[in-house]
Amino acid sequence: MDSRYEVEFPVRGDDFLAAGEASNQIKETLVMLGVPSAISRRASVITYEAEMNLVIHAGGGILRAIITPERLTIVATDLGPGIPDLALAMKEGFSTASDRVREMGFGAGMGLPNIKRNADVLEIDTEVGRGTTLTATVFFGRQDAREG
Amino acid sequence: MNLRQIAACIGAEILHGEPLLEKVEIERAYASDLMSDVLAFASPGTLLLTGLTNVQIIRTAQMMDIPAVVFVRGKRPQEEAVNLARSVGMPLLVSSKSMYETCGLLYAAGLSPCVIPHREA
Repeated sequence: MDSRYEVEFPVRGDDFLAAGEASNQIKETLVMLGVPSAISRRASVITYEAEMNLVIHAGGGILRAIITPERLTIVATDLGPGIPDLALAMKEGFSTASDRVREMGFGAGMGLPNIKRNADVLEIDTEVGRGTTLTATVFFGRQDAREG
Repeated sequence: MNLRQIAACIGAEILHGEPLLEKVEIERAYASDLMSDVLAFASPGTLLLTGLTNVQIIRTAQMMDIPAVVFVRGKRPQEEAVNLARSVGMPLLVSSKSMYETCGLLYAAGLSPCVIPHREA
């Protein structure tokens, strides 16, 4: 593949019908580039959970995937409300999602923990009232340790 | 088991994907109404059983390489969900039985569960 490949998708807030389209397109891009399926599945969990967070919590944002021969970097950027207590948000089972979101099968408090579990490196830059940028990196050489 | 055998085992209605039933081999199943749990625990090739009916079920299945979905308690997926499944060639089955009974029949027939890794408290 070329040394650097980047795709970017706008994600609309509260649009549950379209939610997941960006993640699916990123997945198709990874498959097209020949990224191993174990890696693309980890990437799918990260992008899909991040995209759902943009839809559910942030009023929308931008989902980007940057692919180089060594790594995949997923960046989810929003100008939403920010995360007041990041340590709490990282805990399994903690969620601020509405009942409507829970009825759709989301908001179980597993989103950020799922992202963390599938990323080799995870950085979250957040400020209340300013927004959140989540950057998750997956290294292509390390898929074996996370399989199964 | 292939999807045809699974459909027969639970007496499911085929909502979409009739021509694919023999071609789709299923080794294990995962049942949940929480999509993040599916993202956390379902391995590729897993059959998903759920009581939810919205389009995000199909999206989640797509993201996790889940080949087919069974809707339990006789619930029928929403139109957008069926349309998306059609567009990606994903068979959809509807079981009139409860989640518990549907899972029990498949487990008794030899369909394996997904492995849940040990989790620290």
